[in-house]
Amino acid sequence: MASQQPQIPQQRLALGKALEELAARLSEHLKGVATRVEADKRSMVINIEVDRSRILEAAKILSSLGFDHVKSLTGVDYPDKGVIELMVHIGSYSRGLRRIMVILRSKLDRKDPRAPTLTQIWPSSEFQEREAWEMFGIVFEGHPDLRRLLLPEEFEGLWPGRKDFEIPTRKAGEVEEPWK
Amino acid sequence: MVAGSIAIEEISKELIQSRDLGVTEEGERLIELQIGPTHPGSGHMRIRVWVDGDIIVRCDPDIGFVFRTIEKLSENRIYMKTIPLVERPSLLDTTPMTIGYVNAIEKLMGIEPPPRAKYLRTILAEITRIASHLYGIGILAIFLGHSTGFMWGFGDRELFVELANQLSGARITYAYVIPGGVRRDMPQSFPDNVEKALRYMERRLKDWYKIFLNNPVIEDRLREVGILRKNDAVKLGITGPNLRASGVDFDVRVADPYEAYDELEFMVPVAEEGDAYARTLVRFEEIKQSINIIRDALRKMPSGDIIHPQIARMFNPLMKKIYEETRRVKFPGIFASLKPPKGEATARVEAGRGEALFHIVSDGSPRPYRFRWTTPSYRNVILFKYLIPGHRLADLPAIYGSLDYFPPEADR
Amino acid sequence: MEGGLVFIGDLDLTTRKVLRWLIERKPIKDIVEWANAFSLWPVHLMTSCCGVELGAAYAPRFDLERYGSLPFVSPRQTNLIIIEGTLTRKMARVARITWEQMADPKFVIAMGACAIDGGLFWNSYNVVRANEVIPVDIYIPGCPPRPEALARAILMLQQRIKSRGITRHDLELIEKNLKIERVELARE
Repeated sequence: MASQQPQIPQQRLALGKALEELAARLSEHLKGVATRVEADKRSMVINIEVDRSRILEAAKILSSLGFDHVKSLTGVDYPDKGVIELMVHIGSYSRGLRRIMVILRSKLDRKDPRAPTLTQIWPSSEFQEREAWEMFGIVFEGHPDLRRLLLPEEFEGLWPGRKDFEIPTRKAGEVEEPWK
Repeated sequence: MVAGSIAIEEISKELIQSRDLGVTEEGERLIELQIGPTHPGSGHMRIRVWVDGDIIVRCDPDIGFVFRTIEKLSENRIYMKTIPLVERPSLLDTTPMTIGYVNAIEKLMGIEPPPRAKYLRTILAEITRIASHLYGIGILAIFLGHSTGFMWGFGDRELFVELANQLSGARITYAYVIPGGVRRDMPQSFPDNVEKALRYMERRLKDWYKIFLNNPVIEDRLREVGILRKNDAVKLGITGPNLRASGVDFDVRVADPYEAYDELEFMVPVAEEGDAYARTLVRFEEIKQSINIIRDALRKMPSGDIIHPQIARMFNPLMKKIYEETRRVKFPGIFASLKPPKGEATARVEAGRGEALFHIVSDGSPRPYRFRWTTPSYRNVILFKYLIPGHRLADLPAIYGSLDYFPPEADR
Repeated sequence: MEGGLVFIGDLDLTTRKVLRWLIERKPIKDIVEWANAFSLWPVHLMTSCCGVELGAAYAPRFDLERYGSLPFVSPRQTNLIIIEGTLTRKMARVARITWEQMADPKFVIAMGACAIDGGLFWNSYNVVRANEVIPVDIYIPGCPPRPEALARAILMLQQRIKSRGITRHDLELIEKNLKIERVELARE
């Protein structure tokens, strides 16, 4: 079943064409900034890959084009490649662009993942950056309030979102005192 | 022991913990209040507010009390076992969430469910949307001291919970949507029961307007409270009825139609004011629209299969017999070793409280490599920080209730 | 020992002893247990998503208020904690603090599979078992349990209070108190 070709209905075909046009326009705007601009017709998203140092630049261009809020900001850990990929889903509430999402991707060094904060351009990313920091250890330079969001303050163990985080196990009969 | 000290201890420990009696730069005293989590007005979260007199100067939501690490858990489970996981955090409207997750898997696998399955999914999603809005309105009512609203909201909600029960067999956790279709066809009596319930709800909505929305006390508590302006809402990335109450016409059901929504007739209610009253009003209007959608969907309901033919082909004779006789899908072995091809897929849905986004990174193994999920409440939590300051402490429950914020959904 | 000392000894201590003696006698003991059984007020502590079904249970259709149970704000004036589902690390501390704040006798109902053994979230690094945090009297299986199941748990707890008296940890507590008093008496 996995090898089955996608069945795309007629409506989607027209949309796919529009998506490709938009991707071409975006790659013009992002010339020299993005290393890859690619339309994904199945999910109706445009993948944009940029170098770490060009994230802010790309974000400014996208924001000026009308992509006005961040839907999701997170990391994907690839320990064998030694990178953490910053993955930002950006959407728009304007009528023309609301059907399309843009995924801004950037590969960060796994040993010292640092990225410029996007809160200046999209304030909606503030809490999401806090979560990305506590899960993956991505330091957002210039973030106004980078601290834990979900985990308790005294949580032990580093970066639970990463692949090499081991879920702590207990011996049989061992009782924690989690309230302390 | 002095009698008065008991009272002081009670207040400080249980309702409000005052800790930080600091002095601000202007020389005024700021008091830090911690509301919750053992507090009827806080739900499963702690709201830290700094007040000057009774004006809130700063507000800091302390969430994570229901953080169950679902994104991490799903990396260690087969695809099917994440469907119930996705349901649990947003227990009020579980179906939109499962639709989103399953849509992402379907996009990875490149299959489309048959039309009847799409319609059934849509109907259940709208039933849970009504139930979820009634729950939210009930909670808002009890925050405002309107006990009748709470009782009515929860009482009317039971009707839709019961409808969903008839369709799927469970009160709130249905796991009704599976990759390629749905688990069951609707029973014979279902359309009649739905019609009865919808007619009751329409009648009831008139009473709701009389007793709740047009009630002068409710209007006083909600009007011009917690005003969220249009450009602020866009900037902060707010979603759902909270966004539409601020004048932004955005609904995923229209913007990026999934399931049967592009074939059904409905409107997206939008209000301009952006205050707590507008948010409540939008929810009531959405109930009306959901009623229209369910009626329309039942009228246009196509006949045919409820599961993708490729999956139906894998049924063994017993499964086939059960499917033909009772129209219930038993899981063939393929679901235990579901291996979507390598790639990534994004899906989004409009849940009761707003847009939910699902992103699956698959590496071709039976488990997702990475599953990212943002829920509407998670995106709306930023409002606590930016919307509440400037209001009086007494308005906090009104604003909180009008946001229809559900902490487990935000924490995931 | 601020109370007035009379010839017979410490008035406060004697009063308390007399009171306990009186409470342990048959008719009064029965009345106390009967009253406890019909005033099981859960504290307003929503730990997780089973709270939705708890809300439904106290709403008009199932109406647990008819069994004398009603959610209430203050831990000081309630005697029941219902753990609604998963207990995360952050919430465990809150549950413990709330439990310690409550006056005796107090009871705990653990609702849902998560509160029993983690349920769906059994291998999550942020989830703890309810019985490691506070002593649980009654477990309700289900994910989430239906409101009827919660009603049954309340009825079972009432039965238990009426047949067995107040629960195990309360007896221990009273014994501990008695020992302390014996020491005090011996010193006198």
